[in-house]
Amino acid sequence: MKKYIDNFIIAEKRVCSSQYFVLVLKHPSKLPQVLPGQFVEVEVKGNKDVYLRRPISVHDVDVENNTLSLLVQIVGKGTTTLSMLKEGDSLSLVYPLGKGFSVEGENPLLVGGGCGLAPLLYAARCYSQKGVRPDVLLGGRTADLIPIKDEFKPFANVFFATEDGSLGEKGLVTQHPVFLSSHDRIVACGPNPMMKAVARYANEKDIACEVSLENSMACGIGACLCCVADTDKGHKCVCKEGPVFDAKDLTKWSQN
Amino acid sequence: MLEVNIHKLKLKNPVMTASGTFGYGEEFADFIDIDRLGGIIVKGTTGSHREGNPYPRMAETPSGMLNAVGLQNVGVDAFCENIYPRIRNFGTNVIVNVSGSSIDEYCETAEKMNALDDIPAIELNISCPNVKKGGMGFGTSPEMAEQVVKAVRKVYDKTLIVKLTPNVTSIVDIAKAAEAAGADSVSLINTLLGMAVDVERRKPVLSTITGGLSGAAVKPVAVRMVWQVSKAVGIPVIGLGGISSAEDALEFIMAGATAIQIGTANFIDPQITIKVIDGIADYMNRHGIKDINDIRGII
Repeated sequence: MKKYIDNFIIAEKRVCSSQYFVLVLKHPSKLPQVLPGQFVEVEVKGNKDVYLRRPISVHDVDVENNTLSLLVQIVGKGTTTLSMLKEGDSLSLVYPLGKGFSVEGENPLLVGGGCGLAPLLYAARCYSQKGVRPDVLLGGRTADLIPIKDEFKPFANVFFATEDGSLGEKGLVTQHPVFLSSHDRIVACGPNPMMKAVARYANEKDIACEVSLENSMACGIGACLCCVADTDKGHKCVCKEGPVFDAKDLTKWSQN
Repeated sequence: MLEVNIHKLKLKNPVMTASGTFGYGEEFADFIDIDRLGGIIVKGTTGSHREGNPYPRMAETPSGMLNAVGLQNVGVDAFCENIYPRIRNFGTNVIVNVSGSSIDEYCETAEKMNALDDIPAIELNISCPNVKKGGMGFGTSPEMAEQVVKAVRKVYDKTLIVKLTPNVTSIVDIAKAAEAAGADSVSLINTLLGMAVDVERRKPVLSTITGGLSGAAVKPVAVRMVWQVSKAVGIPVIGLGGISSAEDALEFIMAGATAIQIGTANFIDPQITIKVIDGIADYMNRHGIKDINDIRGII
């Protein structure tokens, strides 16, 4: 898939909470095809302590309006600087990067934890375009840490799990009863302990499973080999051979 | 005129890419016309496949980054069989960075490269800070540098570039040793040995504790070393270290570099190489300079 570098304009900025915001970015002309699960490398300007671009997954795509959106969690210097951007500002993106979700399966379960739910919205939209209504399970320590809730409803059956019980079932996502329904594919993105637990479960039950990994990156295009994941097939670049991996190739990783 | 010569190698302009930052060139083909570059130095290649160091391998630092990739690569045989056929027809000089843990390994890889018609030069990496055995060990003493370069010279008859480490007391002594042993050119600097600590976790950021510092932060050190080395040796010097603009490239050229390499800046702007080539041409126009070689080493 051809990659591009373009300046987008921030068409809309929505603050979800003190930790999360969404940037809707408008392409200067016709937005090229972007697959669910792919990510962009965003240039961060105006902070001398930030040297590299930041990898951020594509939250949603609007083909008609030539926009793509990013759901960003403020976690460090780079994302704090990005949080100061305003509507109308310009943002340089290298995109679309990495291998996305397969969007396969007739009865999939999409599991997202915290900011890891970001790429699942576009994935749910793509499933719905194929005539599949997925189950979506969103989790967080508390309800406040689940940045978006209603946006999935047009495409998916939505379930929640929180550790404090403030929304949906009390407990970890992997303890949620939705796992008892029969799914032919699980797609997961979230904190590593959650994804490891989901990958182990799927591998034990022999359910097809894709997990989207996160690592700090430099180039984002498979040139520097900094962002490797320890897969059963050796070190693989999360930016190029991922971020979406088949859980069957992560048996060793998911046990640690 | 932007053409420069590194020994028998003719470069259409002085801008090359640094090993380990440009993959095999293919990764950047969507962003730039690779054929416009003076040359590309592809990923460090060793005698056999290497998995490299565990994650985390990267730490962002002020105006730079640390890496501890540890020469992850497919190995020389897989390179010759699978990668070389894909990249041999680029319309630019494709140069392979060769690394190893022993003199025999360096020689074995160099010999295999000698047989590849479309690889006109190798860059001998005696300066990688991220491997336990070999690498920088060969580049920190003039005697060791001389031994490995001499041995490779015997089996390699095309253009031999030797990449030097800045992690030494006198880089001039190492450069002179490489020249005496038969190097056709030296490139400098490889990364500076550095370290970063995550104070929240109270642990080093990198799995290997220490790693190699690159990016804008190292540029003044690199310019100084290029200036010192180019005064001391008769072979062409290739300068690298933090170059991210035409002005940066011109600093190195004026300090004595015949050609330059762009590394970490490729991560921030994948089109930076072309911008630097165009920027050098623009500078020459503005200043009425006909030949880039006329401003080399004017400092």
